[in-house]
Amino acid sequence: MIFLGIEVIGRVPSVLHTPLMSGANAIHGVVIIGAIIVMGKASDTNYAAIGLGFLAVVLGTLNVVGGFVVTDRMLEMFKKKK
Amino acid sequence: MELNNILTICYLIGSITFILGLKMLSNPATARKGNLIAAGGMSIAIAGTIFLYKDEDGNGLHNYLWIFGGLAIGTLVGFLAAKKVKMTAMPEMVSLFNGMGGACAGLISIIEFGRLSSDLSSGKSIHGMLVIIFLGLIIGSVSFAGSMVAWGKLNGKVKDFSFPGQQILNTIMLFVMVCIAGYLVLNITPENSYLFYIILAGALFYGIMFVLPIGGADMPVVISLLNSFTGVAAACGGFLYNNKVMLTGGILVGAAGTLLTILMCKAMNRSLLNVLIGSFGGTKAGASQVSASGGTFKEISISDSAMVMAYANRVAIVPGYGLAVAQAQHICHELEKLLDEKGVEVIYAIHPVAGRMPGHMNVLLAEADVSYDKLLEMEDANDLFKTTDVVLILGANDVVNPAAKNDPASPIYGMPILEVELAKTVIVNKRSMKPGYAGIENALFFQPKTSMLFGDAKSVLQQLVSEIKSL
Repeated sequence: MIFLGIEVIGRVPSVLHTPLMSGANAIHGVVIIGAIIVMGKASDTNYAAIGLGFLAVVLGTLNVVGGFVVTDRMLEMFKKKK
Repeated sequence: MELNNILTICYLIGSITFILGLKMLSNPATARKGNLIAAGGMSIAIAGTIFLYKDEDGNGLHNYLWIFGGLAIGTLVGFLAAKKVKMTAMPEMVSLFNGMGGACAGLISIIEFGRLSSDLSSGKSIHGMLVIIFLGLIIGSVSFAGSMVAWGKLNGKVKDFSFPGQQILNTIMLFVMVCIAGYLVLNITPENSYLFYIILAGALFYGIMFVLPIGGADMPVVISLLNSFTGVAAACGGFLYNNKVMLTGGILVGAAGTLLTILMCKAMNRSLLNVLIGSFGGTKAGASQVSASGGTFKEISISDSAMVMAYANRVAIVPGYGLAVAQAQHICHELEKLLDEKGVEVIYAIHPVAGRMPGHMNVLLAEADVSYDKLLEMEDANDLFKTTDVVLILGANDVVNPAAKNDPASPIYGMPILEVELAKTVIVNKRSMKPGYAGIENALFFQPKTSMLFGDAKSVLQQLVSEIKSL
């Protein structure tokens, strides 16, 4: 997997560094899945776990949604050229 | 069992789209589609987790109200923030989102630790789990705190701060944290689990101290590094839940992020270590001597600048961070069109690290509809400067500093630069004579062929445009 990551990024024009970083940023938002699992497992009476889990879900979603949208906005601009 | 198989397929799809998406992101033609594909895969993986996940005992998830509530809030806020943010504030935004991811990973570790420590008596072997929890906690927290500092720095809210021995202190702190974590892994009891929170506090503090001394110009590198940290933290979560898609996504970003960091360092011709430890601060004293012998510079008026540019054959525009701050990309494009109508060839010379992030300038100019083939990368631009009549530098400084070529004592020595001094005339637009990010004087400004055009990039360009129109 590590080699895959390196191979995937291998030759990137520097123009794309920012969008790429932003895209990778969105992808590591997969932690959201962990947050969902933790949240879903918390027992109803464990308020600390529910509170923190809720926060984790919100933050994780922020990371995923914000990340992809920002990246799309950046790339949209490249698209308009021609 | 059925459901679990479907979930596995969901995760497989997710993993593949991440790899595919990242691959497509590294090519201008497919980048946008790649991003959407990865986003689609992410949605599938998330939906699959919510509806299909079962733990070892076959229990599904509950607390759906909370989960959907959290998803809704996060989506709304994230979407609006990402849509509203100005193109110039992009780097901050990425840093902020990265911090959120780090915080998320840290929180997962905190909750899992709470769960584990509440049933210590069960006698299950939990050493492996603990190692992963601590890794996730430390890396996630460092990434969160560091990203917040980076965000503040790019905002200009947080100033550089360093003191002698800081690196040593940081190293000691990291070492102590790892030791406490190691001790806890081996001898955890309900009585000493408070140490966990000491590690948490230490990791947050370390994150702050780690980023604080690093100069603003190096922030992109730091953000990229923290980005890969968060990737690793996400992968820890993957180990914790034995979750394939988190593992793939996390490791992929961890590896890709590290490589990207190294690529960025290379563009500035510095090593990662140098960025992290060096911070330009220490060399300021030596560089200021140059300014003493710098000599005089000359100013040029708007009308004179307009004149030279309107009658040139080729004008090269070198955009820098000043252009971004002034939001001058649209008016810059207008100037370019105007000159174009007058038969002047206009090119943009883009240094790989111009602005605050690699590619930052390309994004900005693309926003203003500047045609893609007018944006030249450094090597191509350098070939053209010899035959260029006027170079207009808009708020760029270090990337055109000849000291990088001829002054071995300079902190930026060795960094490839745009060799603008090869052109016939150089007009530099800056707000003042203050040095750029690297905190060093630029001998270019004192050369006889260079003229200074002081002012905010946007207003200067507006005046230039109306002046050229009236010619």
